[in-house]
Amino acid sequence: MAGRKLSEIAKTIRSKNAGVDKITFDVIFPDRTSYELVRESGVLSRDAMCRIFGIDAARITDHVAFEPALAIKFTIARMVPSGSPGDADIFGAQQYGPLLDIEVPDGR
Amino acid sequence: MPPSIQHGRSANHTLRIVCPNGHLGFAPIKAGSFRIGCNSEPDLICADSGSCDVGPVPLGSDTSSSPLQWQTDDLETMLLASRRLGVPMIVGSAGDTGTNSRVDLFVGIIKELARKHQLSKFRVGYFYSEVETGLLRRRLAGGEVVAGLDGRPALDAATVDATQRVVAVAGVHPYIKLLDQHADVIVGGRSSDCALFAAPAIRQGFPEALAYFYGKILECASFCAEPYGAKESVLGEITMDDVKITAMLPEQRCTIASVAGHAMYERANPFYEHFLGGHLDMSQCRYDQYDERTVRVTGPTYVPASELRVKLEGSGKIGERYVGIVGVRDPYTIANIDLVTQWARRQVTERFGERGYQVHFSVYGRDAIMGSSEPMRSAPAHELAVVVQGIAPTAAMAEEVAMIATRQMFYARLPQVRGTAGGVAFLLDEVMPASPAYRWTLNHTMRVDHPLELFPTFVTEAGV
Repeated sequence: MAGRKLSEIAKTIRSKNAGVDKITFDVIFPDRTSYELVRESGVLSRDAMCRIFGIDAARITDHVAFEPALAIKFTIARMVPSGSPGDADIFGAQQYGPLLDIEVPDGR
Repeated sequence: MPPSIQHGRSANHTLRIVCPNGHLGFAPIKAGSFRIGCNSEPDLICADSGSCDVGPVPLGSDTSSSPLQWQTDDLETMLLASRRLGVPMIVGSAGDTGTNSRVDLFVGIIKELARKHQLSKFRVGYFYSEVETGLLRRRLAGGEVVAGLDGRPALDAATVDATQRVVAVAGVHPYIKLLDQHADVIVGGRSSDCALFAAPAIRQGFPEALAYFYGKILECASFCAEPYGAKESVLGEITMDDVKITAMLPEQRCTIASVAGHAMYERANPFYEHFLGGHLDMSQCRYDQYDERTVRVTGPTYVPASELRVKLEGSGKIGERYVGIVGVRDPYTIANIDLVTQWARRQVTERFGERGYQVHFSVYGRDAIMGSSEPMRSAPAHELAVVVQGIAPTAAMAEEVAMIATRQMFYARLPQVRGTAGGVAFLLDEVMPASPAYRWTLNHTMRVDHPLELFPTFVTEAGV
């Protein structure tokens, strides 16, 4: 089945601190069709995120589909607080890279 | 569609706020859209200046991450507009961290600017947010639980001992008190981003739910507009029934997507915003496109807290810090980079033993940014940079730790390596002093009897 990359479908894919102990990810879609396509496909599900980031499910503290913004949003607990020695992303702003190339099946 | 709120009020009873910057001082205000905002009948000019995004170093070392000149320039831009229009100006979480020294710094800048521009006398209100670690020790000794947030354990005495500085996060209360005392300019200590916008609205009788939402949506200025472009002004208007927000830069618009998208920005969950006194439930919010560049929001709910709990942020020093940088191009060395860093670490151990310092290697080109979550970890780039951090109780020791760890990568002993004249490339054959290393020690909440308990307020005068 032919698919497209998430980066070709979503309008915004970003990560950012949510406080000092968590990083939150926002994937925002341009229209309802693409939002529903990706939401239903499961490629951004909790399980899929655990696989992609190599983490336990317990580290995903929140995972919601936020309809007003046509967004899928999830939050991951940091291993060490932001800016502790060894943390190289104080703002948590560069953690979304692996999401860009996720293959989204056509759904037809 | 109705005419834009930019050109006039949409109801009889409204409060209009221009927000020119989501983090005052961190990057400069863009003047053009701020001028348009000031010509759009604002009742106040408000901006937040703080964030825990900047990491634990500024709070721990009581410094700003924003340059003094940029802080001064932004305050000058806001102050001159506020005095010319005769409307109050509010700045929250002064100087990135909202510590007492940052509040004093901003109050001093305001006074100096008033002298420089020969402004007529006006009243400057300010409040402090710092919490003495002694107070925390007494509370703990009295058996009180200072609860951890985000999975942290409750506060213990050892953590307090390891903490340099603590700020409490204020709600609307000190702002309302200072507005009641007719402050023309308010400089806030650490406070919730939404509080400085919500305070004037609540004081004028607008519903709390709308007022807090108003603050939430205004606090990052043009981050709630599209196309993306930071540091541009936005104008908000609250009525008894709704909140409206519009972009001041002609090239930007507020859309349902951009405003709803911003409502979830920088928060673990898009539906709830917590602050001293309660929380905002945004799950039933309704977003409408009011005019081409304005969004109207209705439906947030305010849930008062059954117990007043104030959020505490604390930072503790780990040690002095030096940094070294090396590059690697040999594919065999790249494939075995962990052996190289292990070798270098072992040389530090031979000199200083196992404890009493830290060495960190960040391997750029492989997994520096994402660490163990990096899916491409096994496919490093054709060249790597390794950034070395040496952290120790004294600067001299930190320098030596960093120097050993950096230089010994040059001498790493890899069994099959062909290049025997040096294992890494030096950008600089030196290690550089960096800010001391700190960590976030407190992300907790503590019970208070009164919302002003930790936030003493003061009023002074500026101008001639």
